[in-house]
Amino acid sequence: MTELEKLRSEIIARGDPKKSIITVCASTGCSALGARKVIESLREEIKKQGLGGEVEIKETGCLGFCELGPRVIVYPEEIPYFRVKPQDVSKIVSETVVNGKIVEHLLYVNPVTGEKAQKLEDIPFYKHQLRLLLKNNALIDPKKIEDYIALGGYKALGKALFQMTPKQVIKEIKKSNLRGRGGGGFPAGRKWETTCNAPGEPKYVLVNCDEGDPGAFMDRSLMEGNPHSVLEGLMIGAYAIGANEGFIYVREEYPLAVENITTAIKQAEDHGLLGKNIMDSGFNFRVKVHRGAGAFVSGESSALMAAIEGKVGEPRPKYIHTAVKGLWERPSCLNNVETWANVPLIILNGADWFRNIGTSSSSGTKIFSLVGKVNNTGLVEVPMGITLRDLIFKIGGGIRGGKKFKAVQTGGPSGGFIPEKYLDLSIDFDELAKVGSMMGSGGVIVMDEDTCIVDVTRYYVDFLSKESCGKCVPCREGLRQILNVLNRICSGLGEGEDLKNLEDLSKLLKEASLCALGTTAANPVVTSLTHFRGEYEAHIHEKRCPAKVCRALVAYYIQPEKCQACMACLKNCPVNAITGDKDTVHVINQEKCIRCGTCYEECPFNSIEKISPPIPLPPRHGIKVKRKKKKE
Amino acid sequence: MVREISLKIDGKEINAKEGTTILQAAKANGIEIPTLCYDERLEPYGACRLCTVEIVKGGGRRLVASCVYPVEEGLEVETNNEKVRKIRKLILELLLPLLSPSEEGSEAGPIEVLAKKYGAEKSRFKTELTNCTLCGLCVRYCAEVKKANAICFIDRGTRRQTAFLPEIAPNQCLACRECFSLCPTGEIVSLVEGTMYSLSTPISEKIKKKR
Repeated sequence: MTELEKLRSEIIARGDPKKSIITVCASTGCSALGARKVIESLREEIKKQGLGGEVEIKETGCLGFCELGPRVIVYPEEIPYFRVKPQDVSKIVSETVVNGKIVEHLLYVNPVTGEKAQKLEDIPFYKHQLRLLLKNNALIDPKKIEDYIALGGYKALGKALFQMTPKQVIKEIKKSNLRGRGGGGFPAGRKWETTCNAPGEPKYVLVNCDEGDPGAFMDRSLMEGNPHSVLEGLMIGAYAIGANEGFIYVREEYPLAVENITTAIKQAEDHGLLGKNIMDSGFNFRVKVHRGAGAFVSGESSALMAAIEGKVGEPRPKYIHTAVKGLWERPSCLNNVETWANVPLIILNGADWFRNIGTSSSSGTKIFSLVGKVNNTGLVEVPMGITLRDLIFKIGGGIRGGKKFKAVQTGGPSGGFIPEKYLDLSIDFDELAKVGSMMGSGGVIVMDEDTCIVDVTRYYVDFLSKESCGKCVPCREGLRQILNVLNRICSGLGEGEDLKNLEDLSKLLKEASLCALGTTAANPVVTSLTHFRGEYEAHIHEKRCPAKVCRALVAYYIQPEKCQACMACLKNCPVNAITGDKDTVHVINQEKCIRCGTCYEECPFNSIEKISPPIPLPPRHGIKVKRKKKKE
Repeated sequence: MVREISLKIDGKEINAKEGTTILQAAKANGIEIPTLCYDERLEPYGACRLCTVEIVKGGGRRLVASCVYPVEEGLEVETNNEKVRKIRKLILELLLPLLSPSEEGSEAGPIEVLAKKYGAEKSRFKTELTNCTLCGLCVRYCAEVKKANAICFIDRGTRRQTAFLPEIAPNQCLACRECFSLCPTGEIVSLVEGTMYSLSTPISEKIKKKR
């Protein structure tokens, strides 16, 4: 313990508060946008300008606003730059670092006010967030344990080991009302207690990082950006439960997360913070990283444990919880990445502090992956209880392109659609469940008026029917037939009986499936039928897709009075379905047309119209074009 | 010493040994629950869900698969109420599209018999002819009883299917054939014969054929 504090003061003393630090996000998102090249150019530039001793370049984790990457922050002034390219680097060094001047064109510009943001807090995306878990992502190099220790890392572990008994730790977590962030929302403290009291040795603790929801990356961001926080939480849990062995299940598709957590484990071992007799406390703990081969269903607890055992990652019937009989039939406590990362904060600041954040039933913050048709997309961390409206309009900046909001889907593929009338719903585990959706792992997908709900429902059902393990009949055959029905409806072949069949099958999935994938899989179907039934009916009875998305139910039509006979659509049509020439209005041959929409995109005069139901006016051939007079 | 547990199944007071399942306890007392993927020689699998029953516990009601749910003291079980029958009917309606209908005059298979019993003679769903319900009896029997592991599942979700392991099956299956009688659809017979034929054809022949 004193060793750790000594190390901490040493590390802090080594740092020079006046020294310039340039942090660059080196996470998956920014790397894909070219962060590696920015980092290399920065290093060269520093060398070239002879600033090697005065400037430090730090590769950090994700800050969430990935669409604006690569992201650079210059300290001590804390000036955030976005969309930085290698050619911008010399300016950052010569102006900001040397002269303290701001490089204007790299700042974030508020699209509404036109103001430039010189601090992160000035950006609406960040202003309304409460970043407790993600805060350190911007400050530390995840590959250096020193960075984590300097910011108070492993203090909570020390506190638990030397000032608290295992029972007290469990009591504190129970009191904090921390609920599982992986989706279920089960109280973590109660789960710990169950495993702790369950008969059988050894006991195991496990981290679930099998984040499989399309578009979700909160767990990845924590594992990549701050792996020690997850590790520290896990160790505190192990101490409380009485486990000496842990497993971290990371999906194979997250190579950087695997790399960073593996490095973190090695460094913690080297510092005596992991392994035998941790900090001379007598507590032993070792941990292994298990790479999972990318099946969505492996995130389910019994499937995940089967996968670690070397079996097929398939759920098994578990009327006895895995907390009692899990990995190798032993008591096993599995929590999600974000749940574990909350633990050190609770131990350090106390359960009361944690309970003061969020709502009475769901305390703390939650990280959401906000995507879809909003202006600002990315990872956001907010206190539980924030309204959907604030999340979408204040942080997300509203709907893209001034379109109208239609629905928001929370909780991943098996979450439900929430319509506009519930926008003022506060987000917590229970409120979302009340309207037929769920917290899930925190995916938030915003849809605008151009989204066809039937078509999106079909997308989710298709995803789940492929990602189900296929073991139990209700889930496998139920989803197969739901998909058949939805396919029919989208192709204009829907029948009167279809909605009843969808309802019957949804009920069966919920009541009779083997695992939670099956019991929740029908949520998108059920909520879309509840809130957007009219849209289904339009597809079935009027053969009309109100959002004009379903191909079989739309037609493209050239408005003769608007067509300028420019030949753009005609030349680009992949099936030569358009006739006309330089002087005559173009006409689409509906029999030939495959509804690909190329003409609609290509027309520079917006003279092509999408129609649903697809009954265009009879084509009028040979009309001479009326050209608009060019403006002088 | 194994504890005796008393519970109520369909109103009947029943004693069962701790660790047994509702299905086992019901069977031992002459109460019939339909099953498809259950075989007493094998580990319970809980996949067909036909054995779904409703339990009453602590005031709450819940639907569970009786083949995997262990008996509990004071548990009340309803094995054949309307809710349960509805579920079974719908499950059978989902299984029927997988099967090719039995020929006239021939004996109906176990699924068709159950379908008739639960009023699901005609399915309202689209035919998806595979002739395999993926009950896994062949796969599990081969692994658990024969310890041969010649059959396995491949892929997942709606693409899941049973397949023979080319390294094992040709040497074992034709002589064994013990899974034939387990298969509720009879598909395994043609699958074995078809697969064995293609496995015994040398690769060079296949390539020639393709050309």
